[in-house]
Amino acid sequence: MTDEERHDGDGSTRLTVSYGINGKVSAREIDPSESLLDDLRARGFTGAHAGCEHGVCGACTVLVDGEPVRSCIVLSVQVQGAAVETVEGLGTVDRPSDLQQAFSQCRGLQCGFCTPGFLMLATALLRRDPTPDHEAIREAVSSNLCRCTGYHSIVEAIGRVSGTPRSSHDRG
Amino acid sequence: MKAASFAYHRAESKEEAVSLLSEHGDDAKVLAGGQSLIPMMNLRLARPSRLIDIGHCPELAQLERVGGTLACGATVRHVRFERADAPELAACRALSDAARLIGHAPIRSRGTIGGSLAHGDSSSEWCLMMLVLDAVIQAESGRGVRRIPAHDFFQGFFTTALAEDELLSAIELPLTTVGSALAEHSRRRGDFAIVAAATRLVADQRLRVTTARIAMGGVASQPIRMPSAEDVLHGVDLTDRRSTMEAVSEAAHMCAASIQVSDDIHASSQYRRRLASTLVRQALSRSAQDWRTAGD
Ligand SMILES: Cc1cc2nc3c(=O)[nH]c(=O)nc-3n(C[C@H](O)[C@H](O)[C@H](O)COP(=O)(O)OP(=O)(O)OC[C@H]3O[C@@H](n4cnc5c(N)ncnc54)[C@H](O)[C@@H]3O)c2cc1C
Ligand code: FES
Ligand code: FES
Repeated sequence: MTDEERHDGDGSTRLTVSYGINGKVSAREIDPSESLLDDLRARGFTGAHAGCEHGVCGACTVLVDGEPVRSCIVLSVQVQGAAVETVEGLGTVDRPSDLQQAFSQCRGLQCGFCTPGFLMLATALLRRDPTPDHEAIREAVSSNLCRCTGYHSIVEAIGRVSGTPRSSHDRG
Repeated sequence: MKAASFAYHRAESKEEAVSLLSEHGDDAKVLAGGQSLIPMMNLRLARPSRLIDIGHCPELAQLERVGGTLACGATVRHVRFERADAPELAACRALSDAARLIGHAPIRSRGTIGGSLAHGDSSSEWCLMMLVLDAVIQAESGRGVRRIPAHDFFQGFFTTALAEDELLSAIELPLTTVGSALAEHSRRRGDFAIVAAATRLVADQRLRVTTARIAMGGVASQPIRMPSAEDVLHGVDLTDRRSTMEAVSEAAHMCAASIQVSDDIHASSQYRRRLASTLVRQALSRSAQDWRTAGD
């Protein structure tokens, strides 16, 4: 992955930004003010959703070099050369990942708007710590907003994949 | 909500960042993690015509031991402190405890210590920790390097001692943070604190306090120190729990009494005062306990 165009600094010249998306290199000419969220969506990865667009709700969460980030407050130019992972990389409609199945089985989603963000958040959590305790799951999930589920079922879904016992106050 | 267009410069080295700032300082903004700047740009509260991206300068992301201090590059991210992922950070438990209180994981994965200090939010964990640790902030420009003590750095509402053409390049920290603590209260996990208190006690071999620091956030337009309350703790024998607790209570009381706060949408002034007292007491008690544990 190379940094195609150096910018001469006068006006908002477009420049080519390339980075990996779910393992494949992607290059696109952009305006430097484009957020990673808008850029990903323009590249066809519409799983990351635009909610608040100022870093509060987490609907736009994707992974950059393995770490969860809010793609609405990261500029595309900042991830030049990085490895980006989106919900499209987790599973497909025919073959959902374990986490996606657990969300479905535990009713971890209703309208589904927040779900890609929670799935990416949970993916990062379980990669770092495959057996998080209940509190660690709650702490991770506290990052994102869901207006439908009430969160218990999301915590339960993640706990199902990691084998974390449910706590008594988390019966959703 | 989208940011307005701007000219973008990517600095590949610290030198390049400094020279870009000398050239464009008056209409440029430094882009570090972007976790404060980009939300403001998306909301059109900020509309810089140029951004100088320092996120790709390796030397700004380094940690280095220099004599008795740790020189911490400006773009070291919150998450590195949280995980204490370098031997230099392992002795600084108070820094990882403080880092964990900053926003949420997706904020900590991008946000940087230098960005937090340059932003200068009144209840920023890093601003408060730098005050109690007597950190020195390095500001670099075409005119050279200035070393600014933290207590001279925060000058007003989101205002710091940095000049337009100055890059915050590094922060000098003590190599150990024994006796430091931070306590804060926010309504929702991850939010900026309504009130926060950071404290540090330095003690001699007999565990008598030789230096005390108290810094408070959310009680003034910038993070502030509480010098008169600090004085109360001088000479206190930390092995004597009773007199320690008396001094801690008096200091907490003085902090609450001396702050100038008014009611706002987040809290009434009375609530803020009570929080101030409670949080200073909590943080100082932990600072004292830290020494007793270290002394065992
Ligand atoms: C939802 C949310 C919750 C948050 N919660 C907290 C919280 O609880 N506590 C907290 O402290 N912070 C919180 N933050 C802010 C976060 O910590 C930011 O990372 C931090 O304030 C700024 O660091 P940055 O690297 O992202 O800086 P940027 O956003 O890139 O820059 C911030 C400002 O500093 C200037 N700047 C940055 N680096 C330099 C430099 N090296 N030299 C000169 N100028 C520089 C920029 O020009 C800009 O004006 C939160 C943010 C969000 C979105
Ligand atoms: S859309 Fe990014 S945090 Fe809300
Ligand atoms: S399922 Fe509707 S917002 Fe979460």
